[in-house]
Amino acid sequence: MEVDRADGRNPNQLRPLACSCSILHRAHGSASWSQGDTKVLAAVYGPKAGTKKNENPEKASIEVIWKPRTGQIGKPEKEYEIILKRTLQSICILTINPNTTTSVIIQLLPCAINAACAALVDAGIPMKHLAVAICCCSAESGYCILDPTKLEEQKMKGFAYLVFPNSILSVLPEGSSLVQGEPMEHGIITSVTHGAMSVDDYFHCLERGRAASAKLSDFLRRSLQSKLPGDLSKAE
Amino acid sequence: MGLPNASEDLSSEMEVDAFRRLFPLRYFERHLAESIRPDARSLSRARNTTISMGAVASADGSALAKIGSTTMLAAIKMEVMTPSLESPDEGCVSIDFHMPPICSPLVRPGRPAEAAPVVAKQLSDTISSSGMINLKELSLVGGKAAWMVYLDIYCLDADGALFDAALLSAVAAFSNLQIPTVSLDDGKIVMLPEEQKEENSEKEPVNKEKRKLTLGGIPFSLTCILHKNYILADPTSEEESIMETLVTVVLDSSNQLVSLYKPGGAVLAYTSAVQDCIALTRQRVKELHQILEEAISGMEID
Repeated sequence: MEVDRADGRNPNQLRPLACSCSILHRAHGSASWSQGDTKVLAAVYGPKAGTKKNENPEKASIEVIWKPRTGQIGKPEKEYEIILKRTLQSICILTINPNTTTSVIIQLLPCAINAACAALVDAGIPMKHLAVAICCCSAESGYCILDPTKLEEQKMKGFAYLVFPNSILSVLPEGSSLVQGEPMEHGIITSVTHGAMSVDDYFHCLERGRAASAKLSDFLRRSLQSKLPGDLSKAE
Repeated sequence: MGLPNASEDLSSEMEVDAFRRLFPLRYFERHLAESIRPDARSLSRARNTTISMGAVASADGSALAKIGSTTMLAAIKMEVMTPSLESPDEGCVSIDFHMPPICSPLVRPGRPAEAAPVVAKQLSDTISSSGMINLKELSLVGGKAAWMVYLDIYCLDADGALFDAALLSAVAAFSNLQIPTVSLDDGKIVMLPEEQKEENSEKEPVNKEKRKLTLGGIPFSLTCILHKNYILADPTSEEESIMETLVTVVLDSSNQLVSLYKPGGAVLAYTSAVQDCIALTRQRVKELHQILEEAISGMEID
């Protein structure tokens, strides 16, 4: 089906991605991630000693602070903080540094999750796997497009932010393990939807999102690998 | 938790309550292996749900919803305001969710609960996404006056599945809503009190016929916990604190997916798990729809 998007992309195409790490000198890890015109900066400080009052001292805790570029901190920011915190908690190995707090400070959702992961890698926090985030929207007639711009988002019937684990690049010949008949990278870590859509549309978006997450994983892997030789020489 | 062998030895001598406190995960997993939960529910059954309408007499619409012990009180007040310039023939709905310290020992005065703004935002997203309220219906005089609906939801007892109970009480309160009569008085909208009937013949009510909102697709939700291969419907707060991965599915009466909310969590959701959650939600929607219908007809008889 011919779809005319404002910038001429086809429904499955993502905007140009760019990622740069270690841009802030004082932070333990930092990354800036941009998809088209959306740009997010993430900084990681930690692990620091001590946990907040209600947190479990047996595990490391992650704290997320979301600072909007303009305006005051309100409810949308708190919600994003909690979603981001729970997503990151599921991917970091929390038992390694118990009784510590790692702070992640973000200044925009899908972009923010990708930037936060890159910043955590830059800081050297141990993780089970990385997470890649993608946004899919579903339009009136049932077709879905990926990675919408702000204008496209508002015109759509419904959209979903999905976060998948990074695909495993296995050195061993048997390849990735299957869980319940599906490869591990098909599981959803986080899903937040806005707008009503039918159940089938949602599953459609899930499939498209999974396919695109493979591309995003490759990009993330390439841009982080290029950092490694440089890091060894950094004496900090 | 660290010591599996110790718990095996101790479990024969320890009291049930002590085992429950010290090794909560093993306590629950023992139950899950038999496909049952500590409160004798099966894995896919929700707790007893009740709705009572008109709980707050001074509000324009109100409802008290209970799912098990989780109790939510929703109340609606309406006020006339001038609509914004971008949408001159639409009213506005403002939703606020409060968790006062009465609801849980974890919420203390002076420190707002972490869950409160999240549930509030989820509620306002869900109610606007579902199209239940048509904002154009809230308009009184195009461009000059429209209704502002303040919906306040108070959590009176927080025992898990907060979003489900809050959504149910909000929907019930909207079903119970009676729009107050207003009349045009020298170009200003004035609220008419209920009793004056014969004397004020010059103050004709502007909206005499239209007293109830027509509700579009009504959203109902179910929260499930994912733990290894199990899916538990309608968790209590104890279950939520031990097994942290929650999925909330909101469907409306025409089985459209209004929202699928999974905010991270250690367990990944595969397609089969998502489909199971959606199937459980479909069943729950039918139950909740019936409970709501009974509550509405109970009110009308009075």
